[in-house]
Amino acid sequence: MGKTIAQKIFDAHLVDKPFGEAWVLKLDAVFCHEITTPIAINDLVAKGMDSVFDAKKIKAVIDHVTPAKDSKTAMQGKILRDWARRHAIKDFFDIGRNGICHAIFPEKGYDRPGYTIIMGDSHTCTHGAFGAFAAGVGTTDLEVGILKGVCAFKEPKTLRIDLNGKLKAGVTAKDVILTVIAKIGVAGGTDKVMEFRGPVAEAMNMEERMTLCNMAVEAGGTSGVCMPDAVTVDYLWPFVGPAGDKSYATKEAALADYKKWWSDDDAVYESTVAIDCSAIEPVATIGYKPDQVKTIRELTGTKVDQIYIGSCTNGRIGDLRAAAAILKGKKVSDTVRAIVSPATPAVYDQALKEGLIQIFMDAGFCVTNPTCGACLGISNGVLAEGEVCASTTNRNFFGRMGKGGMVHLMSPASAAATAIAGVITNAEVSK
Amino acid sequence: MKSFGGKVLFLDRNDINTDEIIPAKYLTENTKEALKPNLLEDLKLPGFDPKKDLPGKSVVVTRANFGCGSSREHAPWALEVNGINLVLAESFARIYRQNMYNCGMIAVELGVADLNALFTDFPGKATTVAMDISKRELTFTAPGVAAKKASFKLSEFESALVEAGGWVEYAAKNY
Repeated sequence: MGKTIAQKIFDAHLVDKPFGEAWVLKLDAVFCHEITTPIAINDLVAKGMDSVFDAKKIKAVIDHVTPAKDSKTAMQGKILRDWARRHAIKDFFDIGRNGICHAIFPEKGYDRPGYTIIMGDSHTCTHGAFGAFAAGVGTTDLEVGILKGVCAFKEPKTLRIDLNGKLKAGVTAKDVILTVIAKIGVAGGTDKVMEFRGPVAEAMNMEERMTLCNMAVEAGGTSGVCMPDAVTVDYLWPFVGPAGDKSYATKEAALADYKKWWSDDDAVYESTVAIDCSAIEPVATIGYKPDQVKTIRELTGTKVDQIYIGSCTNGRIGDLRAAAAILKGKKVSDTVRAIVSPATPAVYDQALKEGLIQIFMDAGFCVTNPTCGACLGISNGVLAEGEVCASTTNRNFFGRMGKGGMVHLMSPASAAATAIAGVITNAEVSK
Repeated sequence: MKSFGGKVLFLDRNDINTDEIIPAKYLTENTKEALKPNLLEDLKLPGFDPKKDLPGKSVVVTRANFGCGSSREHAPWALEVNGINLVLAESFARIYRQNMYNCGMIAVELGVADLNALFTDFPGKATTVAMDISKRELTFTAPGVAAKKASFKLSEFESALVEAGGWVEYAAKNY
């Protein structure tokens, strides 16, 4: 009987199986940020266990509130910074070099096929785009990960999602994942690895696959995952090829090795869902759950107060290019305000070089530094009570971007078109 | 080991998320105790007022997919510092559920029929639940209502985490 990619990764990392029910896995990477890590650090210090299992396998960044907005957030940054220095964690990204964790860590080449990755952040499922098992965990799991390099999971059940057909022009990975979540519901992936297969997943670049896997948790999924293929190898080549750690002499050798993780043809899935992606059109969420989705066409004319382009879902260079293509030569409507946050310094720099930042500024966007802030209503674009935001982020809970505020999740192209019109609008119409 | 049981808070809705349990703006706190005044403050539920309804409660009874959304352990912590160590629900989000056991707390699934009966007979009455962990049995009582029993499952690993006081304690000893 064949195995899924998740089962193969679990088999390769098994340390212990207490009572035959939990899988305690060896971790290849533990990612940390300044919101969920400081309490773990303080607890380790208080218990006299202030050590790290492997400073090279721990990566840390200050990304949620940066620059610090007050004394409390300054202290969170300080606790993380002091800890990184104390334990010689070299891959620590402080202000000036920091970006959103799920964008900067892949960009630095820290994700590899077959890896086990945890982070105290629910959108850690993003890294499954590389063919890894990557799961968001709480502070206690993170604390044990830092200390011992292990984490416990239930046996992985896999929900296979076949993305069939071909995307119409103007339909993005964001529209696909929102459509998937609408189909299976906010608990449709609970306790499951969501394996994205089919021609549409195969045709996606790594940024698009990250957008896809990023929102697996919005359907309750433990991790999203894509098969590591030639697209994965191309992305990782600077890190694994002769210019990197020299793991592989040729791309063919890398691909052949990565293929060992692929789910077998006779793998057993918990269930399978097939989506005809040819039928998908641009969509946005309504209401306060990510599975409440309507087409942009149906929502045309819906009033918003703010547009936000950024986040670990849609703040990468391809997202900025898609938005800028709509915004070029246009102005943001007087009835709304618009903010763009490039997800990392490298994205910001590339956007500057390509003239995208100029397009955003000419249109009337506020361009912020890379940060998570607005997405969780904590800084850099918090909504007032009763306000509505058209946002490229991942979560539309009531008050998510500010107490009493509402969020319509959508793609960067749809958000850009909405910025120009001042009401929800299809990008194809505004061209 | 923590104590489990006591006065019940009924929250009759599916998909109560982590932001409703404790809003993100409080994630800048560096202690668990600081979360105490803000538990469930953004939960909009007819008749629910956290200031009035939370004091004295030790158990939450709710519906499906409790704790969906963020990985924040601040959600179980906010319950814990308010004296709530036990949540009974139709189902839980994975990370939230694991966080409960990692803190030595208990998250237990109840069947829809049991929950429907509880939500029909008990809300609005001073309800108390007693938990017998060894018998895996819950007993709900309230003035003027016939006592109701319900059984639950707790796996050996979950049981070991609860007995150890959490995952840090368990892992420090075993790995």
